[in-house]
Amino acid sequence: MSIEARHITKTFGAFRALDDVGLTVPTGRLMALLGPSGSGKTTLLRIIAGLEQADYGSGQVLFDDADVTVRPVRRRGVGFVFQHYALFRHLTVFDNVAFGLQVRPRKERPDKDEIRKRVGDLLRMVQLDTLADRYPGQLSGGQRQRVALARALAVEPQVLLLDEPFGALDAKVRKELRVWLRRLHDELHVTSVFVTHDQDEALEVADRVVVMNEGRIEQEGTPDEVFHRPATEFVMRFLGEVNQFHGRVDAGRVAFADVELDAGDHGRLAGPARVFVRPHEWEVSLAAPSQAAIRAVVKRVQSAGPVARLELRTAEGALLNAELPQETLERLGLAVGSEVHVTPRRLRVFAADRVPPTPGV
Amino acid sequence: MAGAGGGHRAAPRPRSGMSEPAPVRRLLIAATLVVAGCVLVLPLASVFAEALRGGLGAYLASFRDPEALAAIRLTLLVAAIAVPVNVLFGLSAAWAIAKFSFPGKRLLITLIDLPYAVSPVVSGLVYIMIYGANGVFGPWLAAHDLQVIFAVPGIVLATIFVTFPFVARELIPLMEEQGTEQEQAAMTLGASGWQTFRRVTLPNVRWALLYGVILCNARAMGEFGAVSVVSGHIRGKTATMPLQVEILYNEYNHVAAFAVASLLAMLALVTLVAKAVVERRAGAAAAQITTTEVETEPQRREAP
Repeated sequence: MSIEARHITKTFGAFRALDDVGLTVPTGRLMALLGPSGSGKTTLLRIIAGLEQADYGSGQVLFDDADVTVRPVRRRGVGFVFQHYALFRHLTVFDNVAFGLQVRPRKERPDKDEIRKRVGDLLRMVQLDTLADRYPGQLSGGQRQRVALARALAVEPQVLLLDEPFGALDAKVRKELRVWLRRLHDELHVTSVFVTHDQDEALEVADRVVVMNEGRIEQEGTPDEVFHRPATEFVMRFLGEVNQFHGRVDAGRVAFADVELDAGDHGRLAGPARVFVRPHEWEVSLAAPSQAAIRAVVKRVQSAGPVARLELRTAEGALLNAELPQETLERLGLAVGSEVHVTPRRLRVFAADRVPPTPGV
Repeated sequence: MAGAGGGHRAAPRPRSGMSEPAPVRRLLIAATLVVAGCVLVLPLASVFAEALRGGLGAYLASFRDPEALAAIRLTLLVAAIAVPVNVLFGLSAAWAIAKFSFPGKRLLITLIDLPYAVSPVVSGLVYIMIYGANGVFGPWLAAHDLQVIFAVPGIVLATIFVTFPFVARELIPLMEEQGTEQEQAAMTLGASGWQTFRRVTLPNVRWALLYGVILCNARAMGEFGAVSVVSGHIRGKTATMPLQVEILYNEYNHVAAFAVASLLAMLALVTLVAKAVVERRAGAAAAQITTTEVETEPQRREAP
């Protein structure tokens, strides 16, 4: 089932959580709503679920072209997974998962054996069939979240909505679960939306990513698109580390630090600009390259791990971060104090005519 | 915690800083026991001693008196009405306060506490002002041949008033702490409002509710002040057990007075035991919830 949200505005008192937001999730896709806290992503998810209503008179929510804007949450057929699981702690794992089936009206309710079979299947799917008689208090965080997911899937939802599903888990469990969620989605193909503030999670798991900031959508696209072709400065900064410079674009050339380079696609901008280079997109060399390059001194080398991280100080005194493969570091023989030339393999330029948005952490 | 660094305390406090020297400790414990003995245990024991002074036969004969039996019946009736009413009210008030936000919410919470703050005698008098012969509804009630004051309805109303906060007060903090996430989860799973209440909300507060009921019941059966004002002390008709004790005592019928009083004392003991049991069960339930929260500390994002 596809999901569409149109012109959604939501205010809490004076705070505008969502500002005329529109969103389409095609059938069977797994979409991530990514943004810092306060960007409105959870509010949007809750409005889709029906746990929250858009401001009076604003907006519509459609499931497969059916307007569900005023349909109460319990009739929307959504599976919702809460950040803190929201398991019924007085019920066993089995009864938690069976809940959605047991509350159905008598004539739609499967009989006891059928319920037992379906819950058993779900618990096997989330690999918790041996823990059916435990209470939520006796499970680890990752297990609880899998119970929550099984419980949401038990009602065979047309739409699965997950609010920071792994936010409360430690890093390792979180990584395992997101791989697992992706696999599960590939099996079930239920249209899914999940909210996260973790860009790795969004980029790794989702088919499409919606980057949100201050109640608006900054960009929507595939993980590749939003990462490699950020539409706005905010997206650029939010999805990974950046080195930022103040510069100028003039006649197709961009000048920043002490270099002037071809502005490429960004050449049509003119005037003051902000220039961004990701740490791994620096070309670092010992000899001066043919192209204009920034001269810098290595201040710090952090080489534990597959990628070496360098902290460089330019002749102007600015600090740069660069990332190099270990082999390159060894080949160049770089150490603290080495003098190097750096030039961006790739850069992104945004007009500096508005106040830069600051991504929250 | 005031520490800006937020670091862990380097070492546990030295033990001597935590506990008093042994003689002081013993003295404090002994003093506590003596005071508790004189103030709490001795009077309770003397109730039973006085009641049995004339022998077991006289003690039991006190309960064959129709007036005593009427007082016991009336007390049970009043509690049987007041407790369910307050359960109903307490649940709905706690539900409204914990699960919704509305204007006047804080005021309502304060109002629920009013019976704690006001003297029971005053609450009794207020009912007379409202329902008495010269009260606001007095003429209307008289015209319809309804008697509230100096009759059972007045006693019930006064009892409900003084026991008003007991259930609500137990439930509100717990339900506020639990929030609404489990209810929301139930609704996304298709549960109706009633199903959500019965299958999710009620089981989560059952111990607090029971605790409130026990306290509410003890107070409903033991209330004297407010009931005394509205009852009119009509023997065999509007005298509850506490009032009956007073009537008998004023007539120097000590054995009978203390016999009825011993029932109230036994009620108190039963209440204490029930309260302890419920507290222990609720404590166990809370411990389970605490372990639930341990691993749900939100993680910081690792990336920049």
